[in-house]
Amino acid sequence: MKRPHSDTLLYLNGVSVSFDGFKALNSLSLIVEKGEMRAVIGPNGAGKTTMMDVITGKTRPDQGDVVFGTDTDLTKLDEPAIAALGIGRKFQKPTVFEPHSVWDNLLLALAGDRRPRFTLWARETSEEQDKIEEILTTIRLKDLRQHRAGDLSHGQKQWLEIGMLLAQEPLLLLVDEPVAGMTDAETAQTADLLREINRTKSVVVVEHDMDFVRALGVKVTVLHEGSVLSEGSIDHVSADPKVVEVYLGR
Amino acid sequence: MSRLSLSLSLLVILGGAALLAVLNLAAPPSSAFHVSTYVVSLAGKYLCFAILALALDLVWGFAGILSLGHAAFFALGGYAMGMYLMRQIGTRGVYGNAVLPDFMVFLNWQELPWYWMGFDNPGFAILMALAVPGVLALVFGWLAFRSRVSGVYLSIITQALTYALLLAFFRNDMGFGGNNGLTDFKDIVGLDLHLDSTRSGLLLLTAAVLALQLMVARFLVTSRFGKVLIAVRDTESRTRFLGYRPERYKLFVFVLSAVMCGIGGALYVPQIGIINPSEFSPANSIEAVIWVAVGGRGTLIGAILGAILVNFGKTIFTGILPELWLFALGALFILVTLLLPNGVLGLFARRKPEKSQ
Repeated sequence: MKRPHSDTLLYLNGVSVSFDGFKALNSLSLIVEKGEMRAVIGPNGAGKTTMMDVITGKTRPDQGDVVFGTDTDLTKLDEPAIAALGIGRKFQKPTVFEPHSVWDNLLLALAGDRRPRFTLWARETSEEQDKIEEILTTIRLKDLRQHRAGDLSHGQKQWLEIGMLLAQEPLLLLVDEPVAGMTDAETAQTADLLREINRTKSVVVVEHDMDFVRALGVKVTVLHEGSVLSEGSIDHVSADPKVVEVYLGR
Repeated sequence: MSRLSLSLSLLVILGGAALLAVLNLAAPPSSAFHVSTYVVSLAGKYLCFAILALALDLVWGFAGILSLGHAAFFALGGYAMGMYLMRQIGTRGVYGNAVLPDFMVFLNWQELPWYWMGFDNPGFAILMALAVPGVLALVFGWLAFRSRVSGVYLSIITQALTYALLLAFFRNDMGFGGNNGLTDFKDIVGLDLHLDSTRSGLLLLTAAVLALQLMVARFLVTSRFGKVLIAVRDTESRTRFLGYRPERYKLFVFVLSAVMCGIGGALYVPQIGIINPSEFSPANSIEAVIWVAVGGRGTLIGAILGAILVNFGKTIFTGILPELWLFALGALFILVTLLLPNGVLGLFARRKPEKSQ
């Protein structure tokens, strides 16, 4: 196995996954640097979500290396262990704990001891409360702290989930279609939010919305049939004839 | 559940039991206020069922584990107590054997099986009433939750568990009295089981245990642990990506629930006077689910209320039209599911999230 460079945060090399003969990922290789924000685009079935599943431990790759930092082999770990390492994930469909208040959703996401013997006796500390207040400001839900999460609008749920990611204090955020179903104003605000987050954390954004990807202004990776088709700036990849063919040629 | 409704429930449970006991013991039988010993035992039985319902609500209402075999833990606790009560009979049995219970003499057994050792001690019997259901739940839950068995598949294997125990306990050579089970009890810790004062004492003890369990359950579900549990119930995979291990939360609450059931069963047997394999029948576990659904799943108090209401209804109904009870129970379940998805308590609940601060 090739050793990743010391500036590398996430290193995928030759990763393949197949489901019943269908190759969801086909020798995919991807490197994300520390502090980088990367946009991943691609048509339906290109393997974007499977890639997220492999990184977060939901799916085991058939072959290939998935390394976090310089030497942590993610293929040997399960979801909670990978989350504890500092990889946070936001799902395509906003997934928040609906019966709980916005506040409690963030409380459960805060970095800390996850064992039952701790949570059984845990009391909210003032540090925890300060942290939650800070995140509420960032995700613009300060006035809705006691609202039931299930009663939030779609866009607010997306933000709450991003807030939960922040509360986890991850080193790397994987964000799956954060602006799906959002209004234009919400989309613009979300782009600001992600750029703000990127000041301290590495981010991988999977997105369909090309205007949004353009607004982010970061390096883009185009996936197609489970491997990388093109990589570079948004202008570079949208001029790439292979990309044009995949997006427009059928 | 607010602090007020908790206090109120505790007051009703303890006060109600105390009132029945006092009216049974202090009011003369000629008085209009006299409560018969039959009613005292009946109330004791309802409260034991309420313990089972409360324990079931903890796993079903808060962790999403629909156990269709929870009565098995209840029955195991009952058997542990039954074994102690059998040993207490001593030479007063039909065969007058000081050590062997009647059914063993009848089967020509010469000595007590090893697993009956120690059951002459009430402390040991109580310990077993907690430990046997607890260990079974631990092993069963560890295997099931670790393999991520959930939903309807989990329900089916819990059903299989109680059915397997039913068949096992029917066998004479298991050494638990086979089909007839354990009965003809005489006394408990030296007190005659047929005395009114013993009956009232058992009712009060059951009420106190139920009250204590309600407080423990409420502490659990309002803690951060409880919030994680509810999160696991609704979106288990999400909790994993936050770094929680749902199987540990489920296992903890499943074992606790089984232990709670074991205590309920141990209190049930001396008040009913018999424990036999029919307590393992899958229908019993399903009935317990109906009690919880009727009262209101995920409310704790609703489970207790449901157990008492449905069993009160059962007592009345089986007195009038015994052959129609199962139909009535089935109809009740369908009606509650359609019309009262949040149970009887749902009629009063306001649709507001609980404030966390």
